[in-house]
Amino acid sequence: MPLDAKTSNDKKAFKSVGTSPIRPDGIDKVTGRARFGADMSAPGMLVGRILRSPHAHAKIKSIDTSKAEALPGVKAVITSADLPKYKDADEDILINIMARDRALYDGHTVAAVAAIDAAVAKKALKLIKVDYEIMPHVTDVDLAMLPNAPLVHPGRYDGMAENEHLALALQEQGKAKSKRKSTNIVSRYDFGHGDVKKGFKQADVIVEHEFTTEATHQGYIEPHACLANVSSDGSGELWVCTQGHFMVRDVCAALLGMDVSSLRVTPSEIGGGFGGKTTVFIEPVALALSRKAGRPVKVVMSREEVFRATGPTASSSIKVRLGAKKDGRFVAAEAVLKYQGGAFPGSPVEMGAMTAFACYDLANVKIVGYDVVTNRPKQAAYRAPGAPMSAFAVEGCVGELAEKLGMDPIELRKKNAAVEGTKSSYGPTFGPIGLVETLDAAKKHKNYKAKLGKNQGRGVASGFWFNFGGNTCVNINLNVDGTLALAVGTPDIGGSRASMCLMAAEELGIPYDDVRAIVADTSSLGYNDVTDGSRVTFASGLATINAARDCAAKLCKRAAQIWDIPADAVKWENGAAHPAGANAGDFPPLSIKELAGQAHSTGGPIAGHYEVNADGAGPSFATHVVDVEVDPETGATKVLRYLVVQDAGKAVHRAYVEGQFQGGAVQGIGWVLNEEYIYGEDGRLQNAGFLDYRIPVCSDVPMIDTVIVEVPNPGHPYGVRGVGETSIVPPLAAVANAVSAAIGVRATTLPMSPPRILEALKSKSA
Amino acid sequence: MRYEAPETIKAAVGLLIKARGQSRILAGGTDLMVQMRSGMLEPDLIMDIKRIPGMRDIVPEKGGFRIGAAVSGSELGEHAKVSKMWPGVVEAVELIGSTQIQGRATMVGNLCNASPAADSVPALIAVGATARIVGNKRTRDVPVETIAKAPGKTILAKGEFVSSVFLPKALPRTGSAYLRFIPRTEMDIAVVGSGVCLTLNPKGVVTKARVSLGAVAARALLVEEAADVLLGNKLNDDVLERLADIASDAATPINDKRGTVAFRKQVAGVLTRRAALIAFQRAKG
Repeated sequence: MPLDAKTSNDKKAFKSVGTSPIRPDGIDKVTGRARFGADMSAPGMLVGRILRSPHAHAKIKSIDTSKAEALPGVKAVITSADLPKYKDADEDILINIMARDRALYDGHTVAAVAAIDAAVAKKALKLIKVDYEIMPHVTDVDLAMLPNAPLVHPGRYDGMAENEHLALALQEQGKAKSKRKSTNIVSRYDFGHGDVKKGFKQADVIVEHEFTTEATHQGYIEPHACLANVSSDGSGELWVCTQGHFMVRDVCAALLGMDVSSLRVTPSEIGGGFGGKTTVFIEPVALALSRKAGRPVKVVMSREEVFRATGPTASSSIKVRLGAKKDGRFVAAEAVLKYQGGAFPGSPVEMGAMTAFACYDLANVKIVGYDVVTNRPKQAAYRAPGAPMSAFAVEGCVGELAEKLGMDPIELRKKNAAVEGTKSSYGPTFGPIGLVETLDAAKKHKNYKAKLGKNQGRGVASGFWFNFGGNTCVNINLNVDGTLALAVGTPDIGGSRASMCLMAAEELGIPYDDVRAIVADTSSLGYNDVTDGSRVTFASGLATINAARDCAAKLCKRAAQIWDIPADAVKWENGAAHPAGANAGDFPPLSIKELAGQAHSTGGPIAGHYEVNADGAGPSFATHVVDVEVDPETGATKVLRYLVVQDAGKAVHRAYVEGQFQGGAVQGIGWVLNEEYIYGEDGRLQNAGFLDYRIPVCSDVPMIDTVIVEVPNPGHPYGVRGVGETSIVPPLAAVANAVSAAIGVRATTLPMSPPRILEALKSKSA
Repeated sequence: MRYEAPETIKAAVGLLIKARGQSRILAGGTDLMVQMRSGMLEPDLIMDIKRIPGMRDIVPEKGGFRIGAAVSGSELGEHAKVSKMWPGVVEAVELIGSTQIQGRATMVGNLCNASPAADSVPALIAVGATARIVGNKRTRDVPVETIAKAPGKTILAKGEFVSSVFLPKALPRTGSAYLRFIPRTEMDIAVVGSGVCLTLNPKGVVTKARVSLGAVAARALLVEEAADVLLGNKLNDDVLERLADIASDAATPINDKRGTVAFRKQVAGVLTRRAALIAFQRAKG
């Protein structure tokens, strides 16, 4: 059979895929040999340090760098004057990495120095005199939408106020029409179908609540770090910790006015990203410093800088209304979402709006989302950007509806669950999806049957994420001994090198250990999109499988040449070429090792290649079940049991799929119980460190139980769906529903910190 | 910045007296290093006291124990006799930081860092511990509750440092306990802390009591009114309720990123009641 006749999901029995071997990068990571962002050095390297605004909003009247420049050991000082002044789409990125005429948030970069050591660099920062004129600021999303709010970008959104954006917002706030022309509302998104007014008229029960969530940080353990080295001929190299080195190359080249070909970016190992490393912060600054100093410059952020000046996710204010018949059938659903994403447009409210009701089959649904700017750092992606907040609000209402109707929360969800053929709330019609399968598996699990004690409660929530494919390019080089060197262009955050090796090994019928994967630099492969959108196992996997097929086809051709039979009369099986069809059995099979050994005399090196802008990423649904106990005297919440059930399509490396499930759940537990950006009256961030920004520690969480559901994705040769993001969508709602059940009050404000829970208990008894 | 590691108390005191600018004592360094790295502090002299004889020793004295200033949390935690006599103190010290931090962090450092939220301090106050201050002219022993004046400020004069803490002999039927509230389960800083020490007569009536609260005022408080409620009583519900109310009233916290006034006052009462019950159980043996 010719290879190209292979169709999707043709693999029924897998040998390598679905096992859990040790990752190829594992030993180096546990022994400390792996090189992360800050681990690279270069001869003559300087230390780069950044001066940041202490003000939430201030006009920069002048910056005097003369004293810093005169300090011995200082080799370069830069401000926005050293960067181009674009007026196009890159302008926001450019202003975010270096403030121009105004500092827009506490932590905003205003200048940078490169010096011979850290002590000199630190001293130089103190010698830079910035003359600020403090301006009024706003950090809260609801306050930012008020007609008298301080404007983050005066004049930029002129005219927005004259259309329906501000008018509707004002209507919601109960205020009269404003005469003001400008606003902090920068976009409005509308989704839905049917007629919600009619729908609510049919409802027997309606649940309605307002919810708020605070901004949270991805909390990756490795701070941003890079080493820039620009030559006097204008070409440059960058070693950097990032989720997407091709993105870093293209953006930095554009910002600095370089040709893309003259910048080579090599990704380091990465100590977590979760979406937060899908943009640039220090990289263009380090390159500009290196260009000016004529020496390599290393910039490593401190943890405080990571909190103040990288991208947390948005904070939100959400209103949800949900109506159902007595039998539990939903008849109408409505939501208004307001997300602030910091000082620039781009909060993930659109995706929050699209995902809000995606789990349900709804005849009447309406969602409005507002993107709002405030004096906070520009938000960055965080694992399923925008979805956990809207799921928190919607699933909270679903939970309350189950209580009011006296229905089992899983049965209520099943009754309304989206299935193949459902027109989604955001438009498209779903293909094969696995929501119902996750609900069934959750109901069957022992955790759902565990008995609850005093002050304990159980919460259920489901969640959805689109998943993404995107631009992908993969090379497989066959070595002389029959082993393979696999080069992918997507940084490995969650064990993807192991998954790629498994898929290549599966396809070629060779042992996993015979394939070694690397993440190649920007000059070694075609363009690859960032590692995001849960896309790598799907898209790089699809490209790896096809590159392996390309390799197998070339191997068959070499065998055909040796045997002197037509190439399409050779098939690849179990790591060897076999004569097939009329020639079956005519020759003993030629193994990959034999063919590799003879490659030089049969036509030269053998390599497989594949490039694609991958379509067909299948969405992944999940259902989480959590039990908590709340101490009614202190408001402390203990998570007793936690179950994640999620559709992986096909789990390539089972342990890493489970790891993604568990990681999302744990980050969600932090988000719902303790994590928050706390701003003072002065607009300064008060908890820029892990002591007072509380991500969960090991002892805070129980073992996160997992069940992998596999409803194959027809868009991938093995049925793979991305799993990295869906896992953080349900936990906010699941934990909130459990806490609400335990204390007997609906929890609507995140985080549900102990003081908030005590207050809620007091309001209940009052 | 200068680093010195003298080998006698005399030499150490001499260095402190002569030093210009800021001086800091280095024992475990778990506060000092963090403060330096965060830019809060740039001392001119760092004086390591670990090479001074006795600083790393736990020595029996008058039926109690003298704990050297450089004894780490884990060394204290592994000392069976101290743990048996004063479980409230040892459990408080062991709450500081993490397993790794415990290998270096010291109880005396916790005391002299003068944080109102220091875990070991309410526990030490509750058991009536004293601190030995060495200096140029004299050596003096003072109650631990007098060491901190305000956040980050101590009574120590130039040339002085705390060389040890003395835990007195426990009377028969004495129990101690320390509880703190943190939003997570470890690696955190107390939002409220409560140390209680009780001595009972054979009938289970409290004959001696000390109660101390942490993180609810500018320094750890010795709450004498709370002890008075316990004296002459058994720990019935009514007494415990009054104890909790007095502890709540005694707390004078502030609203900050770690907790609200209302929350801290309520939890001060809750923890004091719970700590008293644990101390009571321990006293009964």
